[in-house]
Amino acid sequence: MAEIVSLAEAVERAVHDGDAVAMEGFTHLIPFAAGHEVIRQRRRDLTLIRMTPDLIYDQLIGAGCARKLIFSWGGNPGVGSLHRLRDAVEHAWPVPLDIEEHSHAGMANRYVAGASGLPFAVLRGYNGTGLETLNGSDGAAPTIKPITCPFTGETLTAVSAIRPDVAVIHAQRADRTGNVQLWGISGVQKEAVLASQRSVVTVEEIVDDLDPRPGAVVLPSWTVSFVAQAPGGAHPSYALGYSARDNDYYVAWDAIARERATFTRWLDQHVYSVLPRGDAPPRPPQEVRP
Amino acid sequence: MTYSADEMMTVSAARALRDGMTCFVGIGLPSSAANLARATHAPSLVLIYESGTIGAKPGQLPLSIGDGMLAETADAVVSVPEIFNYWLQPGRIDVGFLGAAQIDKFGNINTTAIGGDYRHPKVRLPGAGGAPEIAASCREVIVVVRQSHRSFVERVDFVTSVGYGSGPGDRERLGLTGAGPKKIITDLSVLEPDPETLEFTLTGLYPGVSPSAAKERTGWDLAIAADPEIIAAPTPAELTALRAFHGTQARSSHH
Repeated sequence: MAEIVSLAEAVERAVHDGDAVAMEGFTHLIPFAAGHEVIRQRRRDLTLIRMTPDLIYDQLIGAGCARKLIFSWGGNPGVGSLHRLRDAVEHAWPVPLDIEEHSHAGMANRYVAGASGLPFAVLRGYNGTGLETLNGSDGAAPTIKPITCPFTGETLTAVSAIRPDVAVIHAQRADRTGNVQLWGISGVQKEAVLASQRSVVTVEEIVDDLDPRPGAVVLPSWTVSFVAQAPGGAHPSYALGYSARDNDYYVAWDAIARERATFTRWLDQHVYSVLPRGDAPPRPPQEVRP
Repeated sequence: MTYSADEMMTVSAARALRDGMTCFVGIGLPSSAANLARATHAPSLVLIYESGTIGAKPGQLPLSIGDGMLAETADAVVSVPEIFNYWLQPGRIDVGFLGAAQIDKFGNINTTAIGGDYRHPKVRLPGAGGAPEIAASCREVIVVVRQSHRSFVERVDFVTSVGYGSGPGDRERLGLTGAGPKKIITDLSVLEPDPETLEFTLTGLYPGVSPSAAKERTGWDLAIAADPEIIAAPTPAELTALRAFHGTQARSSHH
């Protein structure tokens, strides 16, 4: 059964130095508040896994939390580069960062394999790409290999399972026993949680009853380790039904992250010197109904 | 009405989409063009974004592939594994609409790294995203990209997404199920693969653009079709629809 705890306690107990951590949320429901708490608790040597590193991993990488990044698209959507990611890869600042690159289809299938308890997944993908050639060429264990279909003889592609130590996601709601409900663009969060040893779920609100929602993903309490209330915890990403994506913030991030000095100042002001969101007196929880 | 080269490109790309098609849409220029098509001649165009939104009908241009309005207006919202495995992979989708940072004469796309080597590139780009499998598995692909000597190269520095590889037979050999790139639509011209060599050849020019100008902004020895089509300038209706979209976008800073 999930324990309902503060965000600080959830991160303290679930995320350890050296862990492989998957903070998922495909543009929608990105767990920024939890990411900031990982930075505040000064976790180090993390292997960060995420399809789209987005601003959240730009922040963790710039804060020196990561030693490796596994990803499939590392940009600021519609805006440009992730400057902290590039600075780490190109100039080892603030610490060196190894990278392992995939396609979205490859990453999604790796999570599916992890959630399914299988060592690999099969797809039509990567054939003829530089990603396939590159994989494993740096001495790391390969994660993409050809495989022959035992029924047709066709050559397909196998990708190894992702099994993170901990998954971190944000959802709209949980009930008081820790059942989690999320809806809208659901990305790969269910697979990430089921593939991981432990999980932290931050939510907009904790309610008495989870009335059904069209297309909602429900993670039963017994699949989740910790639930923490963190209203607005996806900002500048969003939680459908509660908030809108803050596109202006994504655009503004470009200038903040471009220079080490402006980024460091941002980190001091907006992460190190603030309380975890869920631990501050919460605003009255309410869903904005259309 | 006067118009910019980018507007001509977007209009030209929108015209390549027919009503009723299913279209897997990349963000940026392809998304602008696909939304313009839906707002003008192709109201039943089915827009599919890699965020799992099928049949999205955004009222304004999304900044990201996961903006809330895509989910709110979609016919169906599915998970990311499902959009790739059930919808893209089996070849259900008519056209993949992609952008590129660098493209070569066989339509191979690089969105990973330019110059130097992979570990020490001159320019590091965002990477693959959904593009490799979109390029492999959609029934056909259309690429929308600004044309320049630097971005149109003999051979891409890194093959993120395969076009025709190194020529005829490569897609079949690699087991890629879709037919590959059928058009490259730029801010100067339209290129299509030569039926025999599969090398991209200039087959269409925008009003006022000379073949030599297009050649100058191409990094390989660009072949020109015998009688390239002169593509019609954007109509006032097309421009009005396109500008209305851009006017409503929260921020339009596509790269």
